[in-house]
Amino acid sequence: MASLRTTSRILASSRPLFRPAAFARSYATVESGSQAPAPKVKKFQIYRWNPDTPSEKPKMQTYELDLNKTGPMMLDALIRIKNEVDPTLTFRRSCREGICGSCAMNIDGVNTLACLCRIPTDTAKESRIYPLPHTYVVKDLVPDMTQFYKQYKSIKPYLQRDTKTEDGLENRQSPEERKKLDGLYECILCACCSTSCPSYWWNSEEYLGPAILLQSYRWLADSRDQKTAERKHAIDNSMSVYRCHTILNCTRTCPKGLNPARAIAEIKMMMATH
Amino acid sequence: MISQKVAQQSLRRLAVQQPYAMRWSLMNAASPAAIAIGRNIQTRYATSSTQTTDPTKLLAEQRLRRPVAPHLSIYRPQITWYGSAAHRLTGIMLSGPLYLFATAYLAAPLLGWHLESASLAAAFGALPVIAKVGIKGFFALPFTYHCLNGLRHLTWDTGRAITNKQVIQTGWTVVGLSTAAALFLALL
Repeated sequence: MASLRTTSRILASSRPLFRPAAFARSYATVESGSQAPAPKVKKFQIYRWNPDTPSEKPKMQTYELDLNKTGPMMLDALIRIKNEVDPTLTFRRSCREGICGSCAMNIDGVNTLACLCRIPTDTAKESRIYPLPHTYVVKDLVPDMTQFYKQYKSIKPYLQRDTKTEDGLENRQSPEERKKLDGLYECILCACCSTSCPSYWWNSEEYLGPAILLQSYRWLADSRDQKTAERKHAIDNSMSVYRCHTILNCTRTCPKGLNPARAIAEIKMMMATH
Repeated sequence: MISQKVAQQSLRRLAVQQPYAMRWSLMNAASPAAIAIGRNIQTRYATSSTQTTDPTKLLAEQRLRRPVAPHLSIYRPQITWYGSAAHRLTGIMLSGPLYLFATAYLAAPLLGWHLESASLAAAFGALPVIAKVGIKGFFALPFTYHCLNGLRHLTWDTGRAITNKQVIQTGWTVVGLSTAAALFLALL
């Protein structure tokens, strides 16, 4: 390790001599070159609410950023605002590549992941950023996901089997059976679809919502799972599934391009035919 | 002597009322005041006060105060949910008048109203053309839209035509077709 460290130090010290200016970038911020282009200032209107002053109403706060100095994605803009303008701005983020689902929020009227959403280059229009619709706000853009996770837990999102396989080793699947899980297992539970659903807005206490129903179908469709009947029985009531009125906002908004509406339609068909 | 007593008493009062302030200042010495109130044992103390409320209680209090994030008013108008809302509205616009008329028709003989087909037709015939077209259009558009959109719902329930592209296409097709059909019905 010691030898490695000295090498890296030598490398590090020699770097400024050889490194071209183009590589001298800091995180999510592009240094403007010698011929600084005209600034492209865009306005961002961001929902603010502070739990420390709960009597104050939520408000929209305007921030201005030069797009030439900002990364291409909405998350870059948010991080830059937090780093350089207003450190009190609060939001969740982690992977910055659309796999963790932390930065789900309502951007310009639709739910999406801030890290997968490009900043519209039209600087005449301001961008409006809200937390996920009809969620309880913890602070600024951070929604309370407790109910969502409880609902996920309620569908028992794991393989349930009574018997072991013949060889006692793996639970095998044919390629066709495995294929049924495509478009289901990719869901990252960001809650964009559930919080875009008007039915979920009004009934989130009891209606499971598109994200959880997609997961529910993921286990109903799994050939290895042996509790299909119990799973169906658990959601066979007027609220769990049938509050879905095929509004289809869920499929429209999914940042991963999945189709919760089709999964729910499949569940409804399973419930109707067996 | 009196001044000494006063100073000691005020120190004791401070020690009782604000033990932390006392302990900060008397950290390195077992003072007479500390001994006097039986606090001459060396203690370590956490940075947070023991008087904070129970964290779960705090969470429950916070939850009560959390605002609900804006929803209907900020979500972008899209054919998906606007079309769905229109489906409901048109359903109400069709079923509401039907119930009203049926009830009135039942009660008509008792109240001496004339709601028979012949008298209704005569009354409608006496209206100016613009009113005829208007009334027919008012009932025709909900009817055509609700019927055609109902076909979409039936298709979706079989798991077909439920991709984003198809939903947008069929949505606008239904809007166009129902408007055209309603115009035709209104002008009949």
